[in-house]
Amino acid sequence: MKIPILYNVRSMLRRPVSTALTALGVGLVVAVFIGMLALANGFQAALVRTGSDQNVIVLRRSADAEINSGIERPAASLIASSPHVAKGAGGRALVSPEAYMIVPLPRLASDTNALANVVVRGISEAAWEVRTNIQLLAGRKPETGRAEVCIGRKLAGRMPDTNLGETIRFGGREWNVVCHFGAGGSSFESEIWAENEQVLPVFKRDVFNSLTFRMADPRGFDEVKRALEDNRQITVDVHRESEFYASQSQLLGAILRILAILITSIMAVGAIFGAVNTMYAAVSARTPEIAVLLTLGFPPRSVLASFLAESAIIAFAGGLIGCLLALPINGIVTSTTNWASFSEIAFSFMVTPALMLAGIMFAVIMGVLGGFFPARRAAKLPVIQALR
Amino acid sequence: MKFFPLLLANLGRHKRRTILTMLSVALAMFLFASLRTVVTTLQRTGEFGGANRLVSMSASGFMVFLPVSYANRLQAIPGVDKVTWANWFGGRYGDGKRFFANFAVDADSYLAMYPEMSVPADQKEAFLRDRSGALIGARLLDVFGWRVGQNVTLIGTGYPGDWTLTIRGVYTPTDPAISDDALMFHWDLLDERSGRRGDAGWYILQIDNPGNAATVARAVDDMFRSSSAPTKTGTEQAFNASFATMWGNVSLLMNTIGMAVVFAILLVTANAMMMSARERTSEIAVLKTIGFTDGRLFVLTMLEAGLITVTGAVLGLGAAKLLYKASNFNAMGFLPGFDVTTSTLLLGAAIALVLMLASGIMPALRAARLPVVQALRTVE
Repeated sequence: MKIPILYNVRSMLRRPVSTALTALGVGLVVAVFIGMLALANGFQAALVRTGSDQNVIVLRRSADAEINSGIERPAASLIASSPHVAKGAGGRALVSPEAYMIVPLPRLASDTNALANVVVRGISEAAWEVRTNIQLLAGRKPETGRAEVCIGRKLAGRMPDTNLGETIRFGGREWNVVCHFGAGGSSFESEIWAENEQVLPVFKRDVFNSLTFRMADPRGFDEVKRALEDNRQITVDVHRESEFYASQSQLLGAILRILAILITSIMAVGAIFGAVNTMYAAVSARTPEIAVLLTLGFPPRSVLASFLAESAIIAFAGGLIGCLLALPINGIVTSTTNWASFSEIAFSFMVTPALMLAGIMFAVIMGVLGGFFPARRAAKLPVIQALR
Repeated sequence: MKFFPLLLANLGRHKRRTILTMLSVALAMFLFASLRTVVTTLQRTGEFGGANRLVSMSASGFMVFLPVSYANRLQAIPGVDKVTWANWFGGRYGDGKRFFANFAVDADSYLAMYPEMSVPADQKEAFLRDRSGALIGARLLDVFGWRVGQNVTLIGTGYPGDWTLTIRGVYTPTDPAISDDALMFHWDLLDERSGRRGDAGWYILQIDNPGNAATVARAVDDMFRSSSAPTKTGTEQAFNASFATMWGNVSLLMNTIGMAVVFAILLVTANAMMMSARERTSEIAVLKTIGFTDGRLFVLTMLEAGLITVTGAVLGLGAAKLLYKASNFNAMGFLPGFDVTTSTLLLGAAIALVLMLASGIMPALRAARLPVVQALRTVE
């Protein structure tokens, strides 16, 4: 025989302040939990979205990022002419040997000392076709042979001189801003793109950093990898583009997740203690009621379940509060340095339904843990004594 | 304080509740101290820098090198005492999971530039003499179980190949803002193996008078302005500060979470205090009847709240201070000198007092205002 849940709801409403304080405490923990994981999610999503699984990125062997990789021109030509590279319109190979430089740029609305490390990517003309997630938002693509740049949408407005028609200065030279581009929220949106042959000489280099191409056979990655890595003329590592950029987010993503879990579990213990206090007080205040329930023939099992449910309901309400508190941060753009590439990337907090569900489950677990011992005491109450 | 036994007796009535509430406060304070220490450590790193040291790097960013031939020209600038240079190497050790900074330095001049890195005289000499020798931070000895004289192999990421170096010396920083989590080896070796390109990553200059920092920095930048590799020069402190800003809004994040933690625990404490007060209605009435004034009951209730929050704070702040000291935590060199500062401890204590006021005010007012006759009527 089960005790109706209405009994618990009415009991809770009898002591609204205590219930509300406990629920709010749980809610704050859930809000921090969701907020921190939304940060980690947003950061990783930006990098996961960057690559395509139909593309391949080639780096020098053992280089773990584009920043410290180098692909000599002969190697680049050799790879570009390989049969594994897809052909686009007009038989042009869909390959982009790229320069990857990091330049210090001032931020808007901050003191002069604070420079951001921004990625300048020197691309080939084919890059726009190799990467399917790029859309031109305004203006026209940079023309070959000219000092023209296209600015990622997350940089526009955050850095000075990024509006169309303005000139931006880096690498000891002026560049005309001719377009803005979006890239589906990926980390490309925090980059400046220009023609590779314009970027390299400015930084006194003759070596590309990486080479990205579309695979002729999207399912043939293993074969492409084997063919290029076994080629004795070049010493390269071959990555699937999607996996490569995802791996660039692993270090910081893991740190953020570990931090989130560490901080929220310590907070959760505090909130559980709060729930324990509340539930013990509830049990002792309702001792005669519980005795009556037991006398009426409700088995101790039901009493235990009833008090556990009560605690879980309070925590569930807390979970909902937490979701409401955390929801407004969804979409807020923030930025940090991705230490794996040593450049700044901007990304949005991402509060997903799954994350909110996890938050509510986390809350209910806190409630059940906090309610267990008080509920057990209620169930084990000696009836005669309690009725007196 | 003759009412102290009464306070203890009150707290002891619901031992479990008192202990759980204290522990909640302790956990909150521990978190608060940890989060704030991240902020203060970053601040400290950002403020570190010898007042008489300048850093000069390429105006085009850290990925562009300067010619090593600049060393002599820099040395000739009036006001410059010493010059040294270094290059980021970024090698990986083993599976690369345990990151540590490693770079190539012009050994002799670098050690002269940084007296804050203390190296035993014999080890220093051994390091300077061995061109494939390495100098490591004391922490790396523990992390990898290395010992002096051992060979370690770094896998080059930016500089291809395997680089086997012999550990010749161990340095201990005398300033906590210098990381003890780094490996240094000879720039000469790097230059030779990468084909004598003569690339210097950045220069460090020691100047004779910190007051001249801006003038000397300008003189350096002017000297190379129209060359093929212009420089950007600033104080070492500005250089470090720019690293600290690279974390983005981390301070805001830490402070926000810290506030949420403190507020969540305020709710727990306030709830516990209110429950205690409600259960003691008749007791308070009795105390009033035997002559306790309203004011005294107010103070007693407040003190009870204070005992909980202050004990919790002492436990939590103390645990944070001792734990980070004992474990020598530094987040893989990202937060060198991670130590709970006195200002954090004081701030924590202040928060404990605020918690006391906020959680005690309602029950204390209730106790003070309790109408005796009505309250006594409900005595069982």
